[in-house]
Amino acid sequence: MKKLWITLTYLVFIILLIIPLIRIFYGSWAEGWEGFIKALSRPQSLHALQMTGTIVVLVTLINTIFGVMLAIYLVRATWLGPRIKQFLNSLVDLPFAVSPVIGGLMIVLLLGPHTVIGSFFEDSGFKVVYALPGMVLATLFVTFPLMVREVMPVLQEIGSQQEEAASTLGAYSWYTFWKVTWPAIRWGVIYGVVLTVARSMGEFGAVLVVSGNIMNKTQTATTLVYQDVENFNVLAANSVALVLATISIALLLLMEWAKKRKGH
Amino acid sequence: MNLMFRSRWWSFGFRSTVMLYFVVLIVLPIIGIYTQSFSSGWEPFWSSVSDPLAWKSVLLTVRLSVIATAINVLIGTMIGWVLIRYKFWGRSILNSLVDLPFALPTAVGGLMILLLLGPNSFVGNIAGRLGFEIVFHEPAIVIAMVFVTFPFVIRAVQPLLEEMDKSEEEAAYTMGASKLRTFFQVILPAILPGIISGGMLAFSRSLAEFGAVVLVAGNIPGKTLIASVFIFGEVESDNPQGAASVSILLLTLSFLILWIVNAIQSRRAGK
Repeated sequence: MKKLWITLTYLVFIILLIIPLIRIFYGSWAEGWEGFIKALSRPQSLHALQMTGTIVVLVTLINTIFGVMLAIYLVRATWLGPRIKQFLNSLVDLPFAVSPVIGGLMIVLLLGPHTVIGSFFEDSGFKVVYALPGMVLATLFVTFPLMVREVMPVLQEIGSQQEEAASTLGAYSWYTFWKVTWPAIRWGVIYGVVLTVARSMGEFGAVLVVSGNIMNKTQTATTLVYQDVENFNVLAANSVALVLATISIALLLLMEWAKKRKGH
Repeated sequence: MNLMFRSRWWSFGFRSTVMLYFVVLIVLPIIGIYTQSFSSGWEPFWSSVSDPLAWKSVLLTVRLSVIATAINVLIGTMIGWVLIRYKFWGRSILNSLVDLPFALPTAVGGLMILLLLGPNSFVGNIAGRLGFEIVFHEPAIVIAMVFVTFPFVIRAVQPLLEEMDKSEEEAAYTMGASKLRTFFQVILPAILPGIISGGMLAFSRSLAEFGAVVLVAGNIPGKTLIASVFIFGEVESDNPQGAASVSILLLTLSFLILWIVNAIQSRRAGK
């Protein structure tokens, strides 16, 4: 009986996860190393990868700062009533329930060229939708809960005693944060960063709607994969996908490592 | 005194900034989409939703998501159980691999399925010869949904299995209960909250899935066009009203699910 269950588990993993991964590796080597390099060194590939990199860095930076602060407020703040805190807490998860396409649509509806805010920005020469700011906004929206949800439980677990002790002894709030709170939440934050990087790198639906997917301008790595498939350029799609998949696996390993450290 | 005053202003500034950011980024867009679809009254909303292509796409999404969730509940419970209870070679590697669909871009997931099951592939050929088609038909959509939501049930069931007191299970055995009976009367009730909340999350994610599905679905209106792809199409053809109307159908459904999951989890925490 036990053997049967283990075999079945292996089977599911092999069929659902391992074979597809191998297929991507194998697919991008269909024309050898040269085909792979050629697909990757197309100007649009380089541009798309660079675009994805920019978005990942910006989004991770902004979300880490605001996510950690919001988590601290939602757990510790005395200036918010428990009811309000509970309400805000339930709002944090909303982006999980929103389809990425809808997330992108929201931004187009609010900031698109035909809207009040959008045309205001447009007149001052600052494009939001179909440009980088809109794509960053869309990704921020989609990845927002990740950091908050990683840090909040850690804060709840450690309790506020140590922090209170530190501030009673006269430490300033920054000092308390760096010396008391930060060491405790550090691994949670790192785990949250890895999750945010993975999610913002892989974001597709929201970015596709907001960016308009203009080649060499607003195309990211994932939307390039989509376009290559639509154009029946499977080898090129494979090569870009392989780069993304490799980074994902590296991130997965990082995740495991952070999870282990977090557990201690 | 001066220092204290300054730090109070600082913290006030920080608080306002963070809360403002939160409201503007998360709450405003959601209010925006609801107002947009009702901006010119109930009538246009109703006509967008009652378009057969629109409601068919929503129905199709719900139906396929139910199937994908059912599959995930079954294999997820099994894998969660095996990974916690049995010690075998490769267990920790498999356990880390569970999160792969979360880490992998969904478009890459869709491409994988397309390559493996597509028209010129080995599996695609066999299925074609047997007379049924996978890619660009419903099975491919279900597979894409299962792939993307694979970790949810497993990750929800695992902590409950770990917490579970083994003595209850052993007591049931000693009193002569069969393995099957022990499972249904002792183990299943203990892990049921995890199965339900994991399944609900998987369901809501399947409803929302776009990247993996758009590449394999074929997107034939009324047949294999799911709601998120329909919304994308409406945006592309410059019909924000139609897109927003279908969006709120989908959103309201997802919010309902999220609320149920929260209710289950807070009831468990309250126990």
